[in-house]
Amino acid sequence: MENLINIFVRSVFIDNMVFAYFLGMCSYLAVSKTVKTSVGLGLAVVFVLTITVPVNYLIHNYLLKEGALAWLSESFAGINLSFLSFIMFIAVIASMVQLVEMVIEKFSPALYSSLGIFLPLIAVNCAILGGSLFMVEREYINIGEATVFGFGSGVGFLLAIAGIAAIREKIQYSNVPAPLRGLGITFIITGLMGIAFMSFMGIKL
Amino acid sequence: MSNKKEREPLFSSKNLKLLREPLGANNPITVQVLGICSALAVTAKLKPSVVMAISVVVVLSVSNVIVSLLRKTVPPRIRIIFQLVVIAMMVVLVDQVLKAFAFEVSKQLSVFVGLIITNCIIMGRLEAFAMANKPWESFMDGLGNAAGYGWILIVVGFFREFLGSGTIFGYPVMETLGVYELGYEDNGFMILPPMALITVGIIIWVQRSRNRDLIDKS
Repeated sequence: MENLINIFVRSVFIDNMVFAYFLGMCSYLAVSKTVKTSVGLGLAVVFVLTITVPVNYLIHNYLLKEGALAWLSESFAGINLSFLSFIMFIAVIASMVQLVEMVIEKFSPALYSSLGIFLPLIAVNCAILGGSLFMVEREYINIGEATVFGFGSGVGFLLAIAGIAAIREKIQYSNVPAPLRGLGITFIITGLMGIAFMSFMGIKL
Repeated sequence: MSNKKEREPLFSSKNLKLLREPLGANNPITVQVLGICSALAVTAKLKPSVVMAISVVVVLSVSNVIVSLLRKTVPPRIRIIFQLVVIAMMVVLVDQVLKAFAFEVSKQLSVFVGLIITNCIIMGRLEAFAMANKPWESFMDGLGNAAGYGWILIVVGFFREFLGSGTIFGYPVMETLGVYELGYEDNGFMILPPMALITVGIIIWVQRSRNRDLIDKS
């Protein structure tokens, strides 16, 4: 349990998807004009990451990893399919996003219409594929850890995008130098937020 | 496209414009805001930035050509999946080549080679350009956009490595110049991730104050 909390805190604050690895930057910059839409996108990302990371964990450990096919028969123990992982992961993500979209449309039309175009766009959000790839690289030992990591990364993204959206709403009233307006100042603010988030470094529960 | 009979020369002014425009006035990173994700994380040193730039040039120009060749046979409903498969195939190839010939750099780039798949520049160009244009023009467009992405990457990588560790391509420039004896110290801050964002912010600032048309109207 302690371990899970540790992974959660790490993935939200220390290894924050946006500030430490710059993942999901495209949608982070494009959709952060108002707090409301950015929270909607953030929630969708949390949702998709929490589903895709454990699914990809299972695929990686029982199909692709070196020796992963040993549960089928002894003779498969030497097979290493990990070079297929990019294609498999992106296929899982694309189909999961499609599935999530259909489920939400059926059971909660209100949420569906408020998420709108963001839902399909999540398939090409770097944070989602990045979550799966980091999951492989960090070698989580069981599916619980992988799920918590996925959820935590999503929460980190939500935190970041809601924060920048709030700042951008305020900064419209300030006198920013003209060439820096819009994109430039957003970059610099994100950098400053990243520096602030670095103060969490070294926290361990 | 018009149905004029005579063939256009390969390097007509229109094609050269496709190549040149993304380098400056329509740069994918500083103007179109695409592909930021991977651009920032790999630029702490110059070498991974250069490798990343080359990988994106290869992936984007080749997948632009493939998509453009097949654009008439693919039904529009499945085009996203089709584009993703083409990109993923190219990225797997690049990844395997890097692992075979430049293992050190491929370790440094870690997950970011895989993340070329979700690099918005590539999806964006396939969707916006290659699906509607002929192979050669798509190739030029891919080359131009990837190069526009690449030079920003290399500039950021150069400054971060030069100011952060006092080296260029690992060669200790600052030490050779002997500035350490004068009391100069490396700015370790430049290596940290947030400085990549601020460096790009400054590039945008410089570019927009030179080219006033790009300034946000809002």
